[in-house]
Amino acid sequence: MERRVYMDYAATTYVKQEVMEEMMPYFTEKYGNPSSVHSFGREARKAVDLARERTAKALNASTDEIYFTGGGSESDNWAIKGAALANKQKGNHIITSSIEHHAVLYTCQYLEKMGFEVTYLPVDQYGLVNPEDVKKAITDKTILISIMFANNEIGTIQPVKEIGRIAREHGVYFHTDAVQAVGHVPIDVKDMNIDLLSLSAHKFYGPKGVGALYVRKGVRIHPYLHGGAQERNRRAGTENLPGIVGLGKAIELAYENLEESNSKLAAMRDRLIAGIMEKIDHVRLNGHPVKRLPGNANLSFEFIEGEALLLSLDMKGIAASSGSACTSGSLDPSHVLLAIGLTHEIAHGSLRLTLGDDNTDEDVDYVLEVLPGIVERLRNMSPLFAQHKGEKYYV
Amino acid sequence: MYSEKVMDHFMNPRNVGEIENPDGVGQVGNARCGDIMKIYLKIEDNRIVDIKFKTFGCGAAIATSSMATELVKGKTIEEALALTNKAVADALDGLPPIKMHCSVLAEEAIKAAIEDYRSKQLVKSK
Repeated sequence: MERRVYMDYAATTYVKQEVMEEMMPYFTEKYGNPSSVHSFGREARKAVDLARERTAKALNASTDEIYFTGGGSESDNWAIKGAALANKQKGNHIITSSIEHHAVLYTCQYLEKMGFEVTYLPVDQYGLVNPEDVKKAITDKTILISIMFANNEIGTIQPVKEIGRIAREHGVYFHTDAVQAVGHVPIDVKDMNIDLLSLSAHKFYGPKGVGALYVRKGVRIHPYLHGGAQERNRRAGTENLPGIVGLGKAIELAYENLEESNSKLAAMRDRLIAGIMEKIDHVRLNGHPVKRLPGNANLSFEFIEGEALLLSLDMKGIAASSGSACTSGSLDPSHVLLAIGLTHEIAHGSLRLTLGDDNTDEDVDYVLEVLPGIVERLRNMSPLFAQHKGEKYYV
Repeated sequence: MYSEKVMDHFMNPRNVGEIENPDGVGQVGNARCGDIMKIYLKIEDNRIVDIKFKTFGCGAAIATSSMATELVKGKTIEEALALTNKAVADALDGLPPIKMHCSVLAEEAIKAAIEDYRSKQLVKSK
């Protein structure tokens, strides 16, 4: 069989065997509704409670600060809309960054239409937000700061603790979209002064369609879904029981072997990046060289377009992603790549390879073996490459 | 997402390259949008005897360039000018809706190359 290599772990992960095993009984045997009073219900309730304990422990939060949701996008929507609406008497100003996930950016744009004012902070060439910029942007109308923990495309990890300290000093709520960070880097919501934090299970070997929002005790926030007493009256709807069980197991596993698994991942990632840079000319690394997620490699290849690169890799069994317009479904390439100062042309030629637990050194070797030929083939078809090489230009 | 024909023309594109001393050259698109197509023509007795292309762009951009060049190769100028983007897309067994603009670009690139040939002929005849 043809070799298949998955290097798109930032898009989603598989569900770990131990996670799956723990979830299974909750589909068929322990299927009670956690809100029911009978033994079936109590059994289900116990499972939700355990998942909440595991999640709280992973973040150094209390159990009554964890609310399960339908995923990362829901958590982001809830955190921002819920905090904005609950605090609009205090002010109408929100601070965020220009490289947030669309679940944050589009939610902020929606709130702008509702009369809120939003500051979109720039980032530097590595994708870092300057905490001083956050400080300067705060006004007496500011009610919320939302800065992502780590970027989904370029992997850059933000100075979250510093931003948290500034927010706390100014009495402004701090939300962080930690969908890419939870399960991959150590997080302590108390030490980092985080008021609201979004996470999603399928980014750390849990199931899809389930996430959580951490809400620090005392934070004023409106519910997002109305209609039931679930999640202490804050998130209506019968709990996704197997999903929540899976999230709890997955987050516990992720933090059990974090250091070991991260050092292995980072070593593979660094070899991948170094190998690509050595074998191929006109390549740049996007994101911060050090302050980045252990599994993230994002590179731009000049003179070629990302979707063509992805299709070619796919033909060789390699799954990756790109920030080109053709993969974003719009005419513009990724807003993240443009925000770090890439030209449209370079942004179109980006490739994201995100490594995870099942990747091996052989996978890295295989990508390093296949990629140079693919890039060369596409460059030989590209009029931009011909121009660059100064070939005779017949017009 | 793509038909087998699109994938075939992407992986094994026909007529890739350049023509030395071409009779007409057309370039359309821009790097900002992520698509550039450049077509080279060799024309004898009002007929396209050779055609080559170079394309910067996605899979559909490369496949439509390849198919468009195949469709007009050996054709007269008038026949080539009658090429429509739909004919290119149909010959590829269709394109996803968001990729139809690639077929438009392919049609425009061929027409731009013929336009270039004609304006050069005009200069010669003067």
